This record gives sequence, structure tokens and C-alpha cells, in this order.
Amino acid sequence: MYSEKVMDHFQNPRNVGEIENASGVGTVGNAKCGDIMRMFLDIDENGIIQDVKFKTFGCGAAVATSSMATELVKGKSIQEALQVTNQAVMEALDGLPPVKVHCSLLAEEAIHAALWDYAQKNGIEIEGLSKPKSDISEGEEEEDY
Amino acid sequence: MIYLDNAATTKAAPEVVEAMLPYFTEHYGNPSTIYSLGNESKKAISQARKTIADALGAKAEEIYFTAGGSESDNWAIKATAEAYEGKGRHIITTKIEHHAVLHTCQYLEKKGFEVTYLDVDENGLIDLEELKAAIRPDTILISVMFANNEIGTIEPIAQIGQIAREHGILFHTDAVQAFGQVPIQVDELKIDMLSSSAHKLNGPKGVGFLYIRKGVKIRSFVHGGAQERSRRAGTENVPGIVGFGAAVERAIRTMEERTKKEIELRDYLIHRIETEIDHCRLNGDRVKRLPNNVNFSFLFIEGESMLIMLDMKGICASSGSACTSGSLDPSHVLLAIGLKHEQAHGSLRMTLSEENTKEELDYVVENLKAIVERLRSMSPLYEDFVKKNGK
Repeated sequence: MYSEKVMDHFQNPRNVGEIENASGVGTVGNAKCGDIMRMFLDIDENGIIQDVKFKTFGCGAAVATSSMATELVKGKSIQEALQVTNQAVMEALDGLPPVKVHCSLLAEEAIHAALWDYAQKNGIEIEGLSKPKSDISEGEEEEDY
Repeated sequence: MIYLDNAATTKAAPEVVEAMLPYFTEHYGNPSTIYSLGNESKKAISQARKTIADALGAKAEEIYFTAGGSESDNWAIKATAEAYEGKGRHIITTKIEHHAVLHTCQYLEKKGFEVTYLDVDENGLIDLEELKAAIRPDTILISVMFANNEIGTIEPIAQIGQIAREHGILFHTDAVQAFGQVPIQVDELKIDMLSSSAHKLNGPKGVGFLYIRKGVKIRSFVHGGAQERSRRAGTENVPGIVGFGAAVERAIRTMEERTKKEIELRDYLIHRIETEIDHCRLNGDRVKRLPNNVNFSFLFIEGESMLIMLDMKGICASSGSACTSGSLDPSHVLLAIGLKHEQAHGSLRMTLSEENTKEELDYVVENLKAIVERLRSMSPLYEDFVKKNGK
């Protein structure tokens, strides 16, 4: 069902974890459809993404797309990171089954949500960036178990 | 490989395969022919029909062979609807039925029938009072599964049969998971129609039956030749039917000993998981439960990830996660017992056979512990939980 690259990124996900005092943190998705991604960005004074980490609740494709997305934005400028589309994530993984395409969209949105948080914290505007629709950084994740 | 998905399908028993083989090459005659070659096939079908009827306390002529459980469910419900729509157009079923029943009922709704889908409690049991309250003068059929395929809960079939009989309503039960696992006598339980499938009890795939009580008006499902008393035309799947007969004979003969062993293994696995893995929930009734069913929800993680990691360790299991269903919604059964979406996504079903061993289950538990821990360490939901409540 999954390509070798997807399986590799699922079994050995890159950049799993958290960044304390991250420059930007974004959480997207919802537990209803079974995917939640959280991305942490460490952005230096020149606007370069020095470090990136993620945590994901979801299926194999969700983990693999998060992992690949972090690889694609690491070391990039904010504008370059904005250009990382779900298409790019999918291509880098040698494709995804059709039912899993939404996972790659979520990965793209996780990057945007983290950048949005960074922009909010610093009171700046990033050209071409609006608040992602699936951003749940406030509210929903507070739900009790 | 450790196979823990016997509710999905089972391995055909060697004696089943052996019984089938001659009917491919040696006794290949069409049962409807007049010469003795065809007669061999005809005799073999009659024998299988009798074996199955005896197992249910039914008459041989009340067993109609089909291509499997889904066909039997479709037939029972659609044909009853058609034959009895003069009396009424209301059907009662439950929210936790197999899709073969649910989607058939939804199809009938589009045709103008009304369907009541009964709720179940947190263990998956229907409420008999709710059933009684749902009955109307135009109710023609009650269809309640014998035991649930996901959570293993066994419904109060005798009481449902009694209620249906008192009200003069036909009672169909999908016994695909239960037949061969628990004793079933159709007269005692007042069952009018019962669906079953061979491959769930170490028989071949592609063959099932529908028991239809004598006297029940039921329309032909497939029109054509005179096979299956003209109710289900088409040359019989002779090897499949022979294999089904052999599988039922075996299932009935070994039931007591086999299920005793399965229950022991089941309870061992449940106990180890419950005592060794935090934040998990056993799904389904603890007592009214199929002998081989274990179903847990592990909080903060998702089922498909668990399945892939188990597969890498050589363990076959299943999940009610959306990702394994091909849709975005998790299992309707797990939602019906009141699980939140994220709990349903994190479910794991392990269905045992008598061939499993304690040593295998120990290996499963050890790996499961590591997998749950690894996935939780990657889960934003777990991170939030720990920040809020501590470990």
C-alpha cells in the first residue's frame, strides 16, 4: 500500500520531538478524522529555519508526511518554507494512496500554522500566509480524556 | 507469523481441504444431471446440508446455500421486505450491525421502508425495553446480530426471539461470527432466519448459507434453475459446500474444548494488557463475549500506525480506525458504544484461534507495550495529556 520511502519515514521518522521555547508552534487537524500534527520551528534572526520538530497522532501516512515536511523546511528561509506544498511532500515520498492525500495537505498546513504562530508572536506579516483553516492551536486540543 | 485476525477470516482446516479436493477433479459432475457422476455431487450437497441443519436443530430443507454472509444478509432482509410489504414497511435493527445489514437497510429506506436502528449500551448490548417500544403494527422484521464482529458482544438472542414471536414479527440474526463459536438452536432461540459464512469457521471462502424457517414467505434471490428449491438459482459451489459441511462438523465436534482454550487465552491477553498498559479500555462486554475476541482502545494513538508496527513484528491484527476502513470515519460500532472519535481511532482487535499459544501472546504483549509507548512519545495528544495531568 505504501511506497518504500513512506515506510522508511514511518519507521524512522526524522525530527520527532519538541522544541522548548520554539519560535513558532502550529497544531492542525482534528481527532475526528484521526490526524493531528504539531510542528515546532526554531527560526533565527535572519528568518532561517534552524531547527524543526514534530509530533503526530495519525496513520502511517500522517507520520511519514510530517517527517518529510520537516526535512523539506529545515535550513530554509520562511519564504522557501512557504513554497513547500503538499504536492512537494507527496513527490518526495514517491506518492501516497489516494485516500491518504489529505495527510500531505495537513503537513503543508502544519508548516503554515507554525509560521503563522511565529508571525503572531513577532507582530509581523508574512507575505502570502494566512491562518490555516485546520489550525486548532487554541481550543479543541484542550478536550478532556 | 502470529495470526490474530480470525474474525476477518480463518485458515481452512486440513480435513476441510481434504474433503473438498475430490469435488474439483474426481466428482466434478453437475448435481442437477441424471447420471451417477452428478449424483455424487448431489449426495455430497445433501450430506453437507444435513450436517449444518443438525448443528442448528433445523431441517435440511431449511438451509439455503449462498456465496457467503453478506449475500445471506442481503437476501434475508430484501426478500422479507418484498414478501411482507403488504403487512408493513417497518424494520428494526441495531446501530452495530455489519455493513451487509446496515447498507441493505439503508437501501430499503430509499425504497420507502422505515428502519429503526436501536442504540446499544457501553458494552454493545441492546436494551430489550427499547426493542419492545420500537415495535409497531407495521413492523415486519427484527434483525439483530448474534455476536458483534468488532467487539465480540453476544446479544440476548433468546429474549429477542421471544419478543419477536410474541408480536408475530420475523426474526433474522447475522450469526457469521457466532456460528461454530457458541451453541445455536434455532427453535429454542426462536430464530426465523440466520446468516452464516464458512470461512469464519475454518471453511472455504465464497460459501455461506441462509437458514429460513419453514413457513416463512421468502422470495427467490437469484432467478434461474431449480437449485436451492428454486430460491437461489445457479449451479452449486459443490467443493465449497462440501468444505462448509466438513467445517461445521469439525466446529461442532471441537466447540467445547476449543472455546475453553480460546477463553483462557483471551482472558490471559486481556489481563496482561489491562495490567501492563496505561490508558487503555477494553471494548465490548466482559462476560457476554465471543470466546476469541479481544478489543482495546489505546488512548492518544492511532490504529493504523499500530497495525503497521505490529505487522513489522509479524503480528496480524485489525483496527476500527478510519484509516483502515477506507473512509474518514472510525468504526460505527465503536462510536455506537460511546467512544470518542480519537478513542475509536486507537482501537485494536485481536481475534484468537485455538492454535495460538501463551508464548505467542507474551510476544504480542511485549511488542505492543513498546509500540504503544513509541507512538505515544510521538503523539501531540499524549503531550497535552501529560502536561495537564502528569503521567
